Amino acid sequence: MSATALPSSAASRRRARLPSGTLGLGIGTLWLSIIVLLPLSAVVARAFDGGLSTFWDAVSNRQAVSALTFTVGVSIVAAAVNAVMGTLLAWVLVRDRFRGKGLVNAFVDLPFALPTIVAGLTLLALYGPRSPIGVNVAFTQFAVLLALLFVTMPFVVRAVQPVLIEIDREMEQAALSLGASNGTVFRRIILPNLVPALLSGAALAFARAVGEFGSVILISGNIPFQTQVSSVYAFKLIESDAPISAAAVSTVLLAISLVVLIGIRGLGRWGARHDR
Amino acid sequence: MIVERRWRIGLRVVALGWFLLLLLAPVGLVFYRTFEHGVGAVIDSITTPAAVSAFWLTIEVTAIAVPLNAIVGVLMALALARGRFRGKALLNGLLDLPFAISPVVIGLSLVLLYGRTGWFGPWLADHGIQIIFSVPGIVLATIFVSLPFVAREVTPVLREIGDEQEQAAATLGAGGWTTFRRITFPAIRWGLAYGIVLSVARAIGEFGAVSVVSGRVAGETMTLTLLVQQRFENFDLAGAYAASTLLAVIALLTLLVMTRINPRREEHDS
Repeated sequence: MSATALPSSAASRRRARLPSGTLGLGIGTLWLSIIVLLPLSAVVARAFDGGLSTFWDAVSNRQAVSALTFTVGVSIVAAAVNAVMGTLLAWVLVRDRFRGKGLVNAFVDLPFALPTIVAGLTLLALYGPRSPIGVNVAFTQFAVLLALLFVTMPFVVRAVQPVLIEIDREMEQAALSLGASNGTVFRRIILPNLVPALLSGAALAFARAVGEFGSVILISGNIPFQTQVSSVYAFKLIESDAPISAAAVSTVLLAISLVVLIGIRGLGRWGARHDR
Repeated sequence: MIVERRWRIGLRVVALGWFLLLLLAPVGLVFYRTFEHGVGAVIDSITTPAAVSAFWLTIEVTAIAVPLNAIVGVLMALALARGRFRGKALLNGLLDLPFAISPVVIGLSLVLLYGRTGWFGPWLADHGIQIIFSVPGIVLATIFVSLPFVAREVTPVLREIGDEQEQAAATLGAGGWTTFRRITFPAIRWGLAYGIVLSVARAIGEFGAVSVVSGRVAGETMTLTLLVQQRFENFDLAGAYAASTLLAVIALLTLLVMTRINPRREEHDS
């Protein structure tokens, strides 16, 4: 054995003893495959069980199209409203000072911690038939929007907040001292820095909204062609023992999730470039 | 940006007003409605046999799903932070799937795999194993939805700390397990704790996926969230509020633990 081979083989032995990725890779991949990928492939396979035309019929009938159009539309509105209000809330949490700010900051995560069925019930209590303030929007499209706004509220706040904390205040002061107005500073300095985080927060909110079920089921009333969203439609198909149609609708939802996830990855890379 | 006082207060009022109307007021109202007619009725309502059994089923399912996901999550985080292999980006992307997929799709996927007409259905029936409309199905659904949390919280911490200390420990003769226990684990523990808290909250609160696979057999496959819906649909509004309040209290405790862990977690980051 040559003298130069010794240290390198010792080093590789040392590396092998570290808590490394090999075991994790094997078990992790296996776990993900059994728990997530195998069931999901069963959905896609079942969707095409009856051939392409059956799949197409299941997703292109009037009720399915109406549910999907409404779902995507209301989710876009929810993501857009939360993009604006979430950024505002993040700004207030970072730049403003007031009593109870810590408490508000902690409560921002409440929609993540609260079960969705409870979220729906609480909204129904305040904005439903027994509303103490006399506002009853139950079983309307607006009610669905309200539920989606509730459950997706934290995404944009939590995406934008850390970026706002990191933003270089000197850049803003320099701009101000050169005579820029507040509006210009926001538009030219703050907003461009926020855009990647803002978009990925809004995209996450959109993905979550498209698939949302628990918070919507009580408050929407599930009226076909009006307040029926795709996830509830798929649920009804499962209950009425139409697994192929349910799988077809689910495959469309799955495809939307995948596209959004890939989009967010792209945004992440763009944001990383933006940082440099 | 230096905002005038007038504007600052205006923005604050709008932001906090939004927050109040959308979040705090509805949740607060349910608390109020729950205790409107006294504490006794609430206690009666959450100690009925159905409620007690739903509570323990929820705890049981969480106690199975979360530890499994925590162990595999740490292993996955080690792979994602340290491993160099083909398809790492793909694994990383697939890990986010449970966050982005509709709970109904998750429930359906389990039915199509383990249900009567599912891929494994005939085999399972032959061996007398029931998964769908039974507790194992609820456990599988809960594992699915809470799978990514621990890996997602631990991976950035592992990237941050690097592996120099571990290399040093190994050089000094420590074995793999000792190195993990003495070096890696203390470094990741707050990230791990945070991931576990998020998993627990998700596991306790899961509704959609569980409602597809549960079959809602009272006293057997009824979880707390399903109980809320069942009571609501049976016009037992007070009962639904009481069960909701129990779940909301659990959620508030989760938030409390999160705010306790967060500073320690961030301390480690810097």
